[in-house]
Amino acid sequence: MPQVFHPSMNTISRVSIFGAVFIAAGIGLVGYVLVRSPYMTEAGVVRTQPVPFSHKHHVADDGIDCRYCHTSVENSSFAGIPSTKICMNCHSQLWAESPMLQPVRDSFRTGEPLQWTRVHDLPDFVFFDHSIHVHKGIGCVTCHGQVDDMPLMWRENTLLMEWCLDCHRNPENNVQPRAQVFNMRWQPTADDENHALLDSAKLAEQYGVKSKMSCSVCHR
Amino acid sequence: MPRKDTFEVARIRRHLAGHTGKEYWRSLDELAQTDEFQELLHREFPVGASEWSDEPTRRQFLTLMAASLALAGLNGCSGQPEEKIVPYVRQPEQIVPGKPLYFATALALAGDVLGVLVESHMGRPTKIEGNSKHPAVPESFWGGDELLRPGATDVFAQAAVLSLYDPDRSQTVMRRGQISSWDALLGELNARLQLPQAKQGAGLRILTESVLSPTLGNQLNALLESYPQAKWHQYEPVNRDNAHAGARLAFGEDANCLPHFDRADVILSLDCDFLSHGPGHLQHARQFIRRRQVRHADGHEAEMNRLYVVESTPTITGAIADHRLPLRASQIEAVARAVARRLGIEVAAPPADRLDGVSAKWLDALSDDLQNYRLERDPGSCLVLAGPSQPPIVHALAHAINERLGAVGTTITFTEPPEIQRVSQSESLADLLSDMRAGVVEMLVILGCNPVYWTPADFEFADALSKVPFCLHSGLYQDETAVVCDWHVPESHPLESWSDLRAFDGTVSIVQPMIAPLYSGISPHQVLAAMLGQPGRTAYEIVREYWQQQQTGGDFDDFWQQSLHDGVMAGTAFPTKQVSTDGLLDRVAEETQSVGDGRSQAELGNENGGESGGVEVVFQPDPTVFDGRYANNGWLQELPKPLTKLTWDNAALLSHQTAAQFGLSDGDIVEIELAERKMHIPVWRLVGHPDRCVTVHLGYGRTHAGRVGNGAGFNAYRIRTSRSPWFATGAKLRRTGNLYRLASTQHHALMDGRDLVRSGTLDEIRHHPDHPPLMKGGHAESAHQDSGHNDSEHKGAEHPSMFPAWEYKGYKWGMSIDLNACIGCNACVIACQAENNIPVVGKSQVLVGREMHWLRIDRYYAGDPKLIEPETYHQPVPCMHCENAPCELVCPVAATVHSDEGLNDMVYNRCVGTRYCSNNCPYKVRRFNFLDYADYNTPVLKLLNNPDVTVRSRGVMEKCSYCVQRISAGRIQAEKEDRQIRDGEVVTACQAVCPTQAIVFGDLNDAHSQVTAIKHQPLNYDLLAELNTRPRTSYLAALRNPKPNL
Repeated sequence: MPQVFHPSMNTISRVSIFGAVFIAAGIGLVGYVLVRSPYMTEAGVVRTQPVPFSHKHHVADDGIDCRYCHTSVENSSFAGIPSTKICMNCHSQLWAESPMLQPVRDSFRTGEPLQWTRVHDLPDFVFFDHSIHVHKGIGCVTCHGQVDDMPLMWRENTLLMEWCLDCHRNPENNVQPRAQVFNMRWQPTADDENHALLDSAKLAEQYGVKSKMSCSVCHR
Repeated sequence: MPRKDTFEVARIRRHLAGHTGKEYWRSLDELAQTDEFQELLHREFPVGASEWSDEPTRRQFLTLMAASLALAGLNGCSGQPEEKIVPYVRQPEQIVPGKPLYFATALALAGDVLGVLVESHMGRPTKIEGNSKHPAVPESFWGGDELLRPGATDVFAQAAVLSLYDPDRSQTVMRRGQISSWDALLGELNARLQLPQAKQGAGLRILTESVLSPTLGNQLNALLESYPQAKWHQYEPVNRDNAHAGARLAFGEDANCLPHFDRADVILSLDCDFLSHGPGHLQHARQFIRRRQVRHADGHEAEMNRLYVVESTPTITGAIADHRLPLRASQIEAVARAVARRLGIEVAAPPADRLDGVSAKWLDALSDDLQNYRLERDPGSCLVLAGPSQPPIVHALAHAINERLGAVGTTITFTEPPEIQRVSQSESLADLLSDMRAGVVEMLVILGCNPVYWTPADFEFADALSKVPFCLHSGLYQDETAVVCDWHVPESHPLESWSDLRAFDGTVSIVQPMIAPLYSGISPHQVLAAMLGQPGRTAYEIVREYWQQQQTGGDFDDFWQQSLHDGVMAGTAFPTKQVSTDGLLDRVAEETQSVGDGRSQAELGNENGGESGGVEVVFQPDPTVFDGRYANNGWLQELPKPLTKLTWDNAALLSHQTAAQFGLSDGDIVEIELAERKMHIPVWRLVGHPDRCVTVHLGYGRTHAGRVGNGAGFNAYRIRTSRSPWFATGAKLRRTGNLYRLASTQHHALMDGRDLVRSGTLDEIRHHPDHPPLMKGGHAESAHQDSGHNDSEHKGAEHPSMFPAWEYKGYKWGMSIDLNACIGCNACVIACQAENNIPVVGKSQVLVGREMHWLRIDRYYAGDPKLIEPETYHQPVPCMHCENAPCELVCPVAATVHSDEGLNDMVYNRCVGTRYCSNNCPYKVRRFNFLDYADYNTPVLKLLNNPDVTVRSRGVMEKCSYCVQRISAGRIQAEKEDRQIRDGEVVTACQAVCPTQAIVFGDLNDAHSQVTAIKHQPLNYDLLAELNTRPRTSYLAALRNPKPNL
């Protein structure tokens, strides 16, 4: 009876039995890396928008406050995307002829809204509220990154649950003075009155920031 | 279906004989401890609920698994789908994305008007609360924004949002079954109207429901002026003709009765279900229950009003009565007369055979209480009410007794009628029919009603309609009437159109739209305007102009804005009317004498309809679909009816004795023959139903209701005639031998344990205020264990636990449900459904126990082996949010965990559907999505969802969350203002809607909160406390106030 298997199969089978552990671990590792990669999380990926809006230009160059456009960020769960009217407040005068702004002018004329692509998209079972984070002194930059450095908008962080929880476990590391929440470049500095260093931990205590770890805080 | 005859009186009697003290049971199966009952008790779901009924072959299984595995792999490879954000072009001033707005409006529901506040998310109405400024709406406990103070509502108001979005609503103008247009209709309407104009409108008839809109009334009157020979008819199947006629009989003029339960010490209801429906029923419920709440904790002596109910069909009013006497509807007049005679009113004596089953002792006790049971020694603090299904003479007798006892002017006052024109609706319809048959009617305009379906069978409306050359129907649905009319106009829903409505006390509310008409609906105002030659006018212009004309002095814009904002027009309530009571007693006495043998005309009429010796048929509006107008509302269809717990069907309700006499069991189809008209309907035996009498609820058996309502139940209008619209004697009952599966939730989610319901009498409380024997000992410990941390040692002694007690530093949420205040109206169940995006599952799913209601109301009977006069108790059961939650321990993926505020959180996105939690829940409050019940495919139904609550998909467990979205909203608001949440700032949906404030929710760490105070009351107890689950939800025992020795 002829041999079915070539003698090299002995080695191959030994290697593969021994390697099964590594193969399984490797698959796990690939999965782990994949889930956290920009391919899945879309972190760092620039999204195309109907108008190539530059936060860098509007925030850093022009010094426009976040709240000029994101009007409901202090009051509502949703920060608010500016209505066409808000764009036209300036752009009826500035760059009024620019071809890049043609969709904005069209929208204003026809009443058809602009359709922006959502960059920071949480799953539908997550209920995030901007207003309470702002009130507790969490700066825009903490989650959205250096927006004043972004010519086009991308997602700075993964928005994975582990990323949310990193901060929710120890929120005191990320608290800014309420007056500086919209400041993209805030650094701990000495308080004017008592010359003590205004650090996050002290502010957290002052603002009553507590670690919120219950599931129903975000999932309802 | 296997036939099971479980009714064994002997076995039940034996069972009861072995017990001392009170025994609570949900059905006779439970009482007899049948095998079927044991099976249901020990299973998590009924048999078949957790199995996939299709039997897959091995090959199918492999195919499915291969596909699943492949798809599961693919699923992980895709990122999130791209989402668009579409901002406004010009943002409206008040809209803040993410924050709801509330608008005041009013809804006309089943002849009643309720002021409501509608929650609107970015222009989509999602939830309805009562408007506490409205006279018909009792306010809720509220510690939040004063401008938003919500009030109670009922099931119909809660379900109105679902009707608004109903995809089966009529969407286009139809002409003889073909799609047409409003312009085409206007053309034909104009041409047609030229003819009646020449003849002064001689052939023009308009048929409406009861009109409560002053503007609509004004338009109708204007139309009648332009066409002097035209006529306006009104008809609704559940009308108040009898009450109106009774008031005229008693006072010689039209009078609108306003009962004041807050001033009544003893109440006699003669077949009057004043807690379920009728004008002002929510206020009645509130006032009535207020007088039943024992407040001895703060030093007051325990006092309660006392309610006597004489009724035919068991209702929730009868269920809460201190003394209930079940009688056939035709006997009730005799009781009224007997009571009147005992009180010295010279009415004719009732024939003795009519008082069969009524003991003289009972009547004496009742008469004695009516005269003498006084809490504050006020004269005239008694109240006698007659139901709308009782003939006018019973109403007149009630007025006479009230007058005799000095109640007129104190517990009952009168105003002008709120209807624009009060007519006898049955006569009005009869006039119309005779004109139609005579061929006089050339043009019939039907506004918002469905006469083909719901007019009396002997009128044969559809047949008469075929003689009318032109008929126009305007309605929400293409219903039975629409399909036989020449033209059909889709009516706009009350939440999408302008109008106005007058409430029971005369107060006017402006009805304002929450959303532009979804299905190009046209308001009745526009239809009438078109007939008046003003086709271009909008409902807004018409309503506003009418009130501008009414307004004298002052700035109209201010008045209009204020009225819209408040939801009520200031100063429009009618003043109290002084009715003439001179000669009232004589008039009523004379009326009873005038009919020779002591039987009133109505009774004689009924008896002519059939043979003597048959059974009596009682017609009642259905507790959930009412007269059929809500038939296509899935929430209402699936809502278990208060006493029968039936869903999706009506049934012939009868007593066990009568059923046994005819050899009937639940689900047997019977033929009811009444005056040569027949209907088939399955039987349901109802405890507390009088013998030789059968109740059929109206509103079912629709053929053109829509996808939800078509084919559900059996049409009782087929045997309802104009001569006996409410009850008829001499019906024949015949068993057909066929069976029908009725979906009752009576035996779903059974709990097994001791003293689930506790109840006692006022006397027990009086004698043992701190340790009433009805609490069966152990109550105080369980009562106090949750309400403060200082008695934790005590708690440990009572129920040792392996786990150290958790200390709640912030909030500690808890709920209390007062069984003494719960009337079982079901409003909380629908409110929960609306708030929490709870799906409708359909009858076949209910049959296997898969209904999804987070909050169920268990109904228990107590005692009485005669099975005819049991006490009835309602027990709402939401999630208990146990401290030692059995569900949390068994979840393999930690999808249900405790929050730091004491909530038992359910995390849908973690749940993998093992159902271990549900299996381990002794309260059986967890609900599992066996199938994809949420509707992801109908675009319009997506608008209905509450955006603050996740829509659950298949394979996910869910349950009551204590409205955690409301807690979060409250917490965020409070923290933004750097303060604690105030007591009453967070109210759950069930709490807000409750007309009697039976449900109280709040922070147990707040020593001054209402819920903490309640939990310290001696009547407080935990459900299944012996399991040491330490539930957060606790109950207050129910009390009754029976007359001693009766």
